[in-house]
Amino acid sequence: MLKISCPFCGPRNEVEFVYGGPLKDRRPDDVSQIEDSTWINYLTVPKNPLGPVQERWWHVRGCGCWFTITRDTRSHDIIESEVES
Amino acid sequence: MQPYSIFSLARNALSGHQNWSKAWRSPPLKKRYDVIIIGAGGHGLATAYYLAKNHGITNVAVLEKGWLGGGNIARNTVTIRSNYMRDESIPFYVKSVKLYEGLTKELNYNLMYSKRSMIDVVQTYPKLREIKRRMYNGDLHNSAYERIEVDELRRRIPYLTGGGPESRLPILAGMVHPSAAVCRHDAVAWSYARAADDRGVEIHQNTEVLKLLRNSTDGSINGVETNHGTVYADKVAVVVSGHTTSITDTIGLKLPLKSFNLSAFVSEPVKPIIDVVVNCPDIGVYLSQSDKGELVIGGAPDAGQSFRRDIKQHVFEDAVCSMLELFPSFKRLKLLRQWGGTLDIAHDATPIVSQTDVQGLYVSAGWWGGFKAVPAGGYTLAHLIAKNEQHELTAPFSLNRFKRLDFILEAGTTTAT
Repeated sequence: MLKISCPFCGPRNEVEFVYGGPLKDRRPDDVSQIEDSTWINYLTVPKNPLGPVQERWWHVRGCGCWFTITRDTRSHDIIESEVES
Repeated sequence: MQPYSIFSLARNALSGHQNWSKAWRSPPLKKRYDVIIIGAGGHGLATAYYLAKNHGITNVAVLEKGWLGGGNIARNTVTIRSNYMRDESIPFYVKSVKLYEGLTKELNYNLMYSKRSMIDVVQTYPKLREIKRRMYNGDLHNSAYERIEVDELRRRIPYLTGGGPESRLPILAGMVHPSAAVCRHDAVAWSYARAADDRGVEIHQNTEVLKLLRNSTDGSINGVETNHGTVYADKVAVVVSGHTTSITDTIGLKLPLKSFNLSAFVSEPVKPIIDVVVNCPDIGVYLSQSDKGELVIGGAPDAGQSFRRDIKQHVFEDAVCSMLELFPSFKRLKLLRQWGGTLDIAHDATPIVSQTDVQGLYVSAGWWGGFKAVPAGGYTLAHLIAKNEQHELTAPFSLNRFKRLDFILEAGTTTAT
């Protein structure tokens, strides 16, 4: 079980959150101008590292905000959480 | 190979079991092979066996990081079934179920194969509609599914006493998939290993592939770098389940795969109480009873990518609570062991059996619990490696489907969401 730091509510139990998938790269600006392979990679290929991955979580059973954490996929250690700005 | 039979058992019993020959050899690693298969799990060993048997290619090395059959082939819930959704998928799994049926005889190894039906306990109308759709689609491909009413469901599973009219999710119907079966998972790996070894395939345990090597001239695959030195081959197959991207990343090849942890656990052994595989898709738990009497129970995958192969407390609690809603008497069972496995899933939840952009490099991945697919997965991958063209059953599973954004959506067929 993870203890996830919500930028608004602070550290909370994982069961309050919904997982939102790995963070995607920025969407290419002009899709009509880029190579097909670049676009397909953007659409279908996620990052799947054996190590730190950035991922989105939703504090649905709390304040409702979306945020990004960096978590190690080998140990589940949360290395970095987004802080409220 | 020394065949196993009642006579060999008797003969070896008389000599105190001192003279059994080894099930497979451990030869020294050569410098060059025709084909290298990375991963001595179910799929890897099956591929090696069918390469030798169907295509006569025996100069093959199966390289395994740990011990033979120590990955997901030892970390699953041993269910064999073919109740998939899409026209592209069903024939493949029907073939796999059929190959499993004859495997004990073909490989001369007791797989403890037990045909026992899978019954879906349906508790919501959307799920009922979805499974009925599977039933109609399955009918087109000889993969049977049939509806039974609640009385018949409770007759077939007497311990299913929850889910009554007053409960949170009353049971609406049961859907029976009669060709489902279970069999001993270790025996699948061991029997394929023994049969492949007998035909000349070399199995190298404790041989970790550190990276793939490419020809500097044309970029095709050249071999692999292992912890025991470099091994060369013109054809390399990556059959390593959850760690596929870790291997293909070493040459910068990007694949549409994510790895997750899926866990399961077993209860203490009890008398025979359930003779089918029970699947409860609406509450997210499935269970069957092993020959030893233990209930084998699985639930949902962990949220978030993971390579940790353990079980999270709340995932475990959710599965147990769900099970107790339908099987309240199981609350007195003690649970013995739990485990997790690293499974990979493709963007569209359909497996990948394919050549890649790197000439000579093949991948078999995205099985999301590929135990049921082991024989057909090996059969078709061997065909692909030997002939450089897809077997008709896995033609739709090629990586090209992503290039055309022509997905085979199978989410919902498994516990994956």
